[in-house]
Amino acid sequence: MRKFLRNLTEKIVEGILFLSSTVTTLTVLLIIVFLFREGAGVFSQSPVEKGFVIAVNKDNPIQTLTSAQLKLIYDQEVTNWSKLGGKNDSIILFRLDDIGNYYTEDELGENFKNMPEKLSELMDKNSGMVAFFSDKYLAKNFRGRVLKMSNTTLKEFFTGKEWFPTAQPSAQMGVLSLILGTLWVSLGAILIALPFGLATAIYLAEIADSRTRNILKPLVELLAGIPSVVYGFFGLIIIVPAIQKIFDLPVGETALAGSIILGIMALPTIITISEDALRTTPRAMKEASLALGANRWQTISKVVIPYAMSGITAAAILGIGRAVGETMAVLMVTGNAAVIPHTFLEPVRTIPATIAAELGEAPQGDLHYKALFGLGCILFLITLAINITVEYISGKRNKTSND
Amino acid sequence: MIKFADNRASKQRKENLAFLTFRIMSYFVVVILAVIILFLLYNGARVISWDFITAMPAEGMTKGGIFPAIVGTLCLVAGSMVFAFPVGVLSAIYINEYAKDGLFKRFVKLMTNNLAGIPSIVFGLFGMSLFVNTLGFGDSILSGSLTLGLLTLPVVIRTTEEALRSVDNSFRQGSLALGATKLQTIRKVVLPISFPNIITGLILSIGRVSGETAPILFTVAAYFLPKLPHSIFDQVMALPYHLYVISTSGTNIEESRPMAYGTALVLIAFVLIMNIIANLLRRYFSKKVKMN
Amino acid sequence: MNSIISTRFLNLYYNEFHALKGITMDIQPNTVAALIGPSGCGKSTFLRLFNRMNDLIDGVKITGDVLVNGKDIYADVLDVVELRRTVGMVFQKPNPFPKSIFENVAYGMRVNGITDNQYIAEKVEESLRQAALWDEVKDKLKKSAFEISGGQQQRLCIARALAIEPKILLMDEPASALDPISSAKIEELIWELKKDYTIMIVTHNLQQAGRVSDTTAFFYLGELVEYGDTKEIFTQPKDKKTQNYITGRFG
Ligand SMILES: Nc1ncnc2c1ncn2[C@@H]1O[C@H](COP(=O)(O)OP(=O)(O)OP(=O)(O)O)[C@@H](O)[C@H]1O
Ligand SMILES: [Mg+2]
Repeated sequence: MRKFLRNLTEKIVEGILFLSSTVTTLTVLLIIVFLFREGAGVFSQSPVEKGFVIAVNKDNPIQTLTSAQLKLIYDQEVTNWSKLGGKNDSIILFRLDDIGNYYTEDELGENFKNMPEKLSELMDKNSGMVAFFSDKYLAKNFRGRVLKMSNTTLKEFFTGKEWFPTAQPSAQMGVLSLILGTLWVSLGAILIALPFGLATAIYLAEIADSRTRNILKPLVELLAGIPSVVYGFFGLIIIVPAIQKIFDLPVGETALAGSIILGIMALPTIITISEDALRTTPRAMKEASLALGANRWQTISKVVIPYAMSGITAAAILGIGRAVGETMAVLMVTGNAAVIPHTFLEPVRTIPATIAAELGEAPQGDLHYKALFGLGCILFLITLAINITVEYISGKRNKTSND
Repeated sequence: MIKFADNRASKQRKENLAFLTFRIMSYFVVVILAVIILFLLYNGARVISWDFITAMPAEGMTKGGIFPAIVGTLCLVAGSMVFAFPVGVLSAIYINEYAKDGLFKRFVKLMTNNLAGIPSIVFGLFGMSLFVNTLGFGDSILSGSLTLGLLTLPVVIRTTEEALRSVDNSFRQGSLALGATKLQTIRKVVLPISFPNIITGLILSIGRVSGETAPILFTVAAYFLPKLPHSIFDQVMALPYHLYVISTSGTNIEESRPMAYGTALVLIAFVLIMNIIANLLRRYFSKKVKMN
Repeated sequence: MNSIISTRFLNLYYNEFHALKGITMDIQPNTVAALIGPSGCGKSTFLRLFNRMNDLIDGVKITGDVLVNGKDIYADVLDVVELRRTVGMVFQKPNPFPKSIFENVAYGMRVNGITDNQYIAEKVEESLRQAALWDEVKDKLKKSAFEISGGQQQRLCIARALAIEPKILLMDEPASALDPISSAKIEELIWELKKDYTIMIVTHNLQQAGRVSDTTAFFYLGELVEYGDTKEIFTQPKDKKTQNYITGRFG
């Protein structure tokens, strides 16, 4: 009996332990489900805000418009329907505010009760007109035609340069500038962090005596412990004004500021991982080099570093990963302009910063909300790719060092 | 017979130059750290007072203290650890002590690694979508703690696993050979030996959690809420978010600057203290182990 | 006779631990000296004296003299790098560098300032031939050194040591990690090399010591118990401990 009870407890405990061990896997799966379910909504929802319609004359042959085309029309960069594959007819823009140009207040009646009727008439009369108005003014027997807006496509999402998720009449959901902004800032960060990180790792692993090492190592760990918002604050107060002054810029919030801060933040990752990699160099290999008359530096540069190369690569990639996903510090120092970056001295906007800055204002279920989840998906995929790459590299290393 | 060029001098020169460069660059990294910490210390120390720590924010967060933010952060740290610590430790025990080497173990490890690599803002999105909206917890300590808990779970698992792995197998075999069951062996032998390292890992993850901002942005953090929470369904202010708010979008950024310095100092002091405690513990326990 | 290697009252300490105790020994040029003895008796430590590899370990203290070619190699004025060029070393496990086969052999020349690529190429071939490896690798010199077998790797490491034309070759159990065939090849090689080099070899394989060496030194707990002609040591050891060891009673 006692034995039975004991076995039972053992089994139950093992069951609990097993369940706990599945939590991380479940979380990853749930993250995927929730992120992608919301994110996919970007492609199944009209870019025109709910409750509004785009209408044209019913003889207008255009059946659907993309968000980008609509923007061109409303920015008056396209003024003739033929440009969009329609008839040769100039485009007449109509916003609800313009109604006064066509009808008097009396004609519209009190509380605009004649508005639907008048809009209908207007759309019928003007063959080139395109109108954007609330669907509560849509007459029952509307004599124009409500235009179908095509949903954002995957291609438009990734190649679109315009990120105006709340633009009227139609949201612009191009994430290219955000992706490039993220990569740009991260690239800068790694260019800054790699030389210093690697030098420190080499110094710690091969050059410093154990006393120096015992002091430096905890300091590097400390660097990793500083919260990103504190880095952001430091950047905002010291680095941003410094950049503004040094380069004589209108604003100091630039990609460079982001790269510097992210570079500092990526240092501990790079240092720790590449130091570990350098340390795996077999002692015998170093001794063989010294026994051939190489000095320590020759041994480091010709044997130790090549041997640890895959580990160093992994360190660099993980450093980039850390930079790509970093939110608060970047949000605070990069200026957040959603434009494709050309130099390090302009403001840029990264994916995480965009999510952090905009999610608070995006109503749940709104297209904007979904687009931000779409950004989350991109971020998730980038970091997943980084992880898999690192896994692959270190897997390969384990194989070669086995012989 | 080889004619060796006498390159000794140039070899030596190159070595000296390289070593000097590396030393300077390493020290530069330390200098950066020192600058950040001294800068915050210098500017923040003037602000810190008993009042600052214990008072409510006042006058559009340009005066008063940061008491609710401190309480909020403590709530979140406690909440996230209540979740992450048991789950993480149990999970690590399963992986290290029970799971056989094979597909399952590799898969779980891969997933844990992946979870560790997911950016914190994505946790924020996820937490908002699952806890705040789907499960209906709203912006609350509960949502925030669970989000933060999931975020640190991989850290807890990893440090615990390391601690368990450092227990020599001979202890396990010795105990099993005496007729102890697996569970008894883990409880009476493995856990006590690895306990110090597990605790050290816990303390380090507390340090990390207390500074996280992105995950709490949309799950719990309040912009301004000069009262203390009553239940886990309340919103709270939190130190890192508070620092973000008053340094970027407060009602009067210039005037709240001293508040920002103070907040940053409190935040970093918290992390520092956690780090130091962890290091001291590590050293203390490793000495004890050596003596035994 | 002029010995090429000699030690006088040599003591070595790892911190407090007295690892080599008052060792005096001479080795003649162009001979093979085998070092034998039970594990931990100090053979490797002794071998590593002659290219000052022990310098790399913290806490090592040495008293007494070590002479190579009549020069005190622990004198302050001595250049360690120069010494290591004249005293080559082959380790227990093959430890090629993460480079191509060619670059492994060229390494010693390159780090010692030789830049004449044609000369390097000739020397690489010559060394590989000397190490009896040329025919096996001549078509894959550009391949990674990790891609050849363990036995080949070990001969590569020998070729690598030979390429900088040392006078003395130190070998620490060079064949212990190898299969019998590779091991036999290494032994043959040692016979060949004796013409041009003085060789010290540590081995746990007594038959091997008997086959390849001219003289044999038996170490026990840091002391040099007996040193002399290999034939004599193996047939009529003077010391009881030596006798026990070579008849397999301990070790
Ligand atoms: N780095 C070191 N620090 C402290 N003691 C050491 C060190 N290296 C070796 N020793 C000690 O010195 C003694 C001699 O070691 P050595 O490696 O020379 O033995 P060996 O005869 O080569 O043994 P084996 O046949 O196992 O290779 C051993 O007792 C060893 O424990
Ligand atoms: Mg040895």
